[in-house]
Amino acid sequence: MNGLINRSIQCFLRDGWGVAVWDDAARAAGVPSQGFEPLLPYPAEVTERLLSAAAARLNRDSACLLEDLGTYIVSHPARAAVRRLLRFGGSDFRDFLHSLEDLPARARLALPDLVLPSLRLRQEGADDFRLEIGPGRPGLAEVTLGLLRAMADDYGALVTLGLDRVAPDGGAEVAIHLLDDAHGAGRAFTLGRVE
Amino acid sequence: MTGGVWIGAPALARLMPMHLVLDGAAVIRSCGPTLRRLLERGDPGARDPVGRAFSDLFVLRHGPAQVAVADLLAGQGRLYIDGRGQGDLAFRGIAVPAMEGVLINLSFGIGVVEAVQRHALTEADFAPTDLTVELLYLYEAKTAVLEELRALNDRLQGDKVVAEEQALTDPLTGLRNRRALDLALERVARGVAVVHLDLDRFKQVNDALGHAAGDHVLAEVGRRLLAASRRDDLVARIGGDEFVLLMPGMDRAEVALPRVEAILAAVLAPMDWQGIGLSVGASAGMILSTIDPDLTGAALLARADAALYAAKRAGRGQVRLWTPDLWPMGEEG
Repeated sequence: MNGLINRSIQCFLRDGWGVAVWDDAARAAGVPSQGFEPLLPYPAEVTERLLSAAAARLNRDSACLLEDLGTYIVSHPARAAVRRLLRFGGSDFRDFLHSLEDLPARARLALPDLVLPSLRLRQEGADDFRLEIGPGRPGLAEVTLGLLRAMADDYGALVTLGLDRVAPDGGAEVAIHLLDDAHGAGRAFTLGRVE
Repeated sequence: MTGGVWIGAPALARLMPMHLVLDGAAVIRSCGPTLRRLLERGDPGARDPVGRAFSDLFVLRHGPAQVAVADLLAGQGRLYIDGRGQGDLAFRGIAVPAMEGVLINLSFGIGVVEAVQRHALTEADFAPTDLTVELLYLYEAKTAVLEELRALNDRLQGDKVVAEEQALTDPLTGLRNRRALDLALERVARGVAVVHLDLDRFKQVNDALGHAAGDHVLAEVGRRLLAASRRDDLVARIGGDEFVLLMPGMDRAEVALPRVEAILAAVLAPMDWQGIGLSVGASAGMILSTIDPDLTGAALLARADAALYAAKRAGRGQVRLWTPDLWPMGEEG
């Protein structure tokens, strides 16, 4: 389901930096400027080309760019559906962390073609967790880091996050330290869509 | 009963947040917290459901007005229950014997999505084993995917319309093309005039001034033909300097001929190309389909073509109506 990922990158560049940046990155990556269809498949290397073109155009470290992408997916108003689907994972951030192990199965339920690497959560202390990301999708660990940061905000939790042991095959670990479950008000979430 | 379990009320409430326990007289003895909230929401200021008769608060579909324990246990205890006076509360349920009475567990059934929205239920209202939250998740995921699909379909449909339009359009003049004409000829209406028109001095312009001048002439002729045609007419460029007009509703030569003459006059008017005055002029052959209703579109076009050559031979700049004498004996087109 590269279309969905490519489309997210397209919207992220367009919404975050403007149409001109998207157009430049698309041209440099050799993809059409009208972009991607979220439900169509594309070759995997297109995603890589697009990301390196975007990083070069914005003169940014690609890890930072991926992390921002993760934050964007959750927090931008245009991507409200993703944020809501993630919020179904739990009633607070701690709950949400435990639900991450189900995330690949949940993603498959929504879109059978969307294959995510396995996710395992290890609790190492009362407020310390490690999320083990399985191999298969290089770059996903950085995206996950940004996504967790934004989800913590969404739940009103205060956390510190760190990325460890990033392997070339995409495997990695995210260290999560939960400082405060209810630091802020967070954003409202109701099961029925009446927000 | 062989064996059994005793379960305390708080534990039962956690296990089944939408349960009812009725005694032998069908009076409510215990009510799960989610069900209690739903009842109170529909009727603020209502009395505690515990201690009230089941039939005061609920209606058993296909059951009597005053429900007894035996009614609930009939049909293996499968139940459809509505809130009494609360039309938006509809449940599926199962009743099992418990002590002298009955234990009922309720769920929303297929109406769960609307129920959760209407009653602002939260995850805490459901037992963790209840798949309602997963169902809501799926519903929302499905909705998001459908929206994407619909958007994709809209974009594809838009592209299709553009592609079809392009496939039927002559890019140089913006007129219809040969393909569009062939499609129109397949379902040619009764009483149509088919006019085949050919420029008289196009080759000279092209040879003397080059292709750019030729293209300019063709585009200008296209504009003039469109300007002189009616809304329902089809104007096509079918190649080189050849044009075809289909004019529906033309069944009389004395009406059609002056119209074609006016069109030829419009084409003949001088045109300017880079300061050079050009006049190409045109000849036309025409046939009215009323002459023989059995002729196909292709046969009409072939006869209009024969009439065009007669017009050219007769000195150009004129329109010739097809007559049977233009058709050599035995030849079919």
